[in-house]
Amino acid sequence: MYKLRWEYITNNKELFIDGLLLGLKMAILGLIIGTVLGLLLAFARQYGPRPLRWVVTAYVELIRNIPLLLIVSLLYFGLPQVFPRRSTGQEWVLKILPDAETTFIVALAIYAAAYLAEIFSAGIVSVGKRYLEAGRSLGLSRTQTAVSITLPIMLRTVLPSLGNTFIGLFKDTSIAVAIAAPELTWAARKISTDYFRYIEAWATAGVIYLLTCYAIAIGLRLIERRIKWTVA
Amino acid sequence: MSQNLAPNPNAMVSIRNLHKHYGELQVLKGVDLDIAPGEVVCVIGPSGSGKTTMLRCVNFLENYQDGRIYVDGQLVGYREQNGQLKPAPEKEVAKIRAETAMVFQQFNLFPHMTALRNVTFGPMKVRKVNKAEAEENARRLLARVGLADKADNYPSQLSGGQQQRVAIARALAMEPKVILFDEVTSALDPELVGEVLQVMTDLAQSHGVTMIVVTHEMGFARDVADRIVFMDGGVVVEQGPPSQVLEHPESERLQAFLRRLHS
Repeated sequence: MYKLRWEYITNNKELFIDGLLLGLKMAILGLIIGTVLGLLLAFARQYGPRPLRWVVTAYVELIRNIPLLLIVSLLYFGLPQVFPRRSTGQEWVLKILPDAETTFIVALAIYAAAYLAEIFSAGIVSVGKRYLEAGRSLGLSRTQTAVSITLPIMLRTVLPSLGNTFIGLFKDTSIAVAIAAPELTWAARKISTDYFRYIEAWATAGVIYLLTCYAIAIGLRLIERRIKWTVA
Repeated sequence: MSQNLAPNPNAMVSIRNLHKHYGELQVLKGVDLDIAPGEVVCVIGPSGSGKTTMLRCVNFLENYQDGRIYVDGQLVGYREQNGQLKPAPEKEVAKIRAETAMVFQQFNLFPHMTALRNVTFGPMKVRKVNKAEAEENARRLLARVGLADKADNYPSQLSGGQQQRVAIARALAMEPKVILFDEVTSALDPELVGEVLQVMTDLAQSHGVTMIVVTHEMGFARDVADRIVFMDGGVVVEQGPPSQVLEHPESERLQAFLRRLHS
């Protein structure tokens, strides 16, 4: 009978810890860039000139309908093929995407931006016209109204769905295993193939994913509770 | 064009032959009205008579197709070129909006700002008043509307009447040339109407503030207004001192309106 041998995990715990830390780092950086991009896209879509709105809509639709793995593969394997790094002196590929880790962060940002733009767009639309009128009535410019009134009210409104998206995107860091970025899934796979300890390795990774996702959810809920105002 | 569209040089607000339509629907069909500096004018009339639309045009929350609105001699929302109206640039519109503060039926306080911040926000962003000065002024205004102790509360922590009083303080903080009140007690529970009307009465009696008040509160109009303007069907039908308009209405339509109110 199969006997669980957890020492393979404990002996290699740095692999899992480093994997978790790398996963978190990629998720956090990807999400920060993705959030900024998503905000810009959402505001461009709501307030920009018509051609810009079309471009943004096309971007959101395209990205939301292809898998993240495809974006990762294109950036990591495809791009260097079209722009060979050394022979043609296309240094920029090397500069922007020097390694698997950075490539994945960029891919996650591109991917997250589309999803977040969709959420932010819906949030912007939901901000009551009366708050914008109050701002205009005071003599605020369009930009001042967007930044000081629409943005905070919108963020408050979308905070709950933002949490779900953040958690989903954190779990998506597991896809980085495809380009051998040594995150959590990569660690689990390594242990399982090096020592044939599949159950121990994947169970450990699973528990770590679970706990981390819960921690993110609780963290966001604490933030939500700290905000004393509500949108009437 | 025979219509005289020039502003009255002695008026704070001059409305001339104002026309506004939404597609086929004519809402304003030539409104003429002059409001003197410091005057308190109550606008009454049945719903759909165009009184709120007229008020919103003065703040340029609505555009208008024909006629003119002047605030302190300045054309609102447009520039005039060879007798034609051309939309004014955004900056110019924003500037004149800042001169005409609006108090809304639904209060429209910024939900993410405390009462104090709601009041300081406009002066700081638009008038570039520094924070200390804006806050000092805001606390004084909040005290004036009886809410000194609510400065740090968010709108969702205040009653409707309190929110509307903050909204009045917010309007006052801009030191506008005219304050526009758009049915400001209509969304309030009956027991909260009094506190808001009291603040407005104090304001009216302090003089110096020009007020255009669209209202259904006839008691307030009678006691506080310098002049009552009755609108119906998109035009001003009758106007005069409260005693005359309410006790001795001349037009058929005003008589009918007052009868319906009392029945």
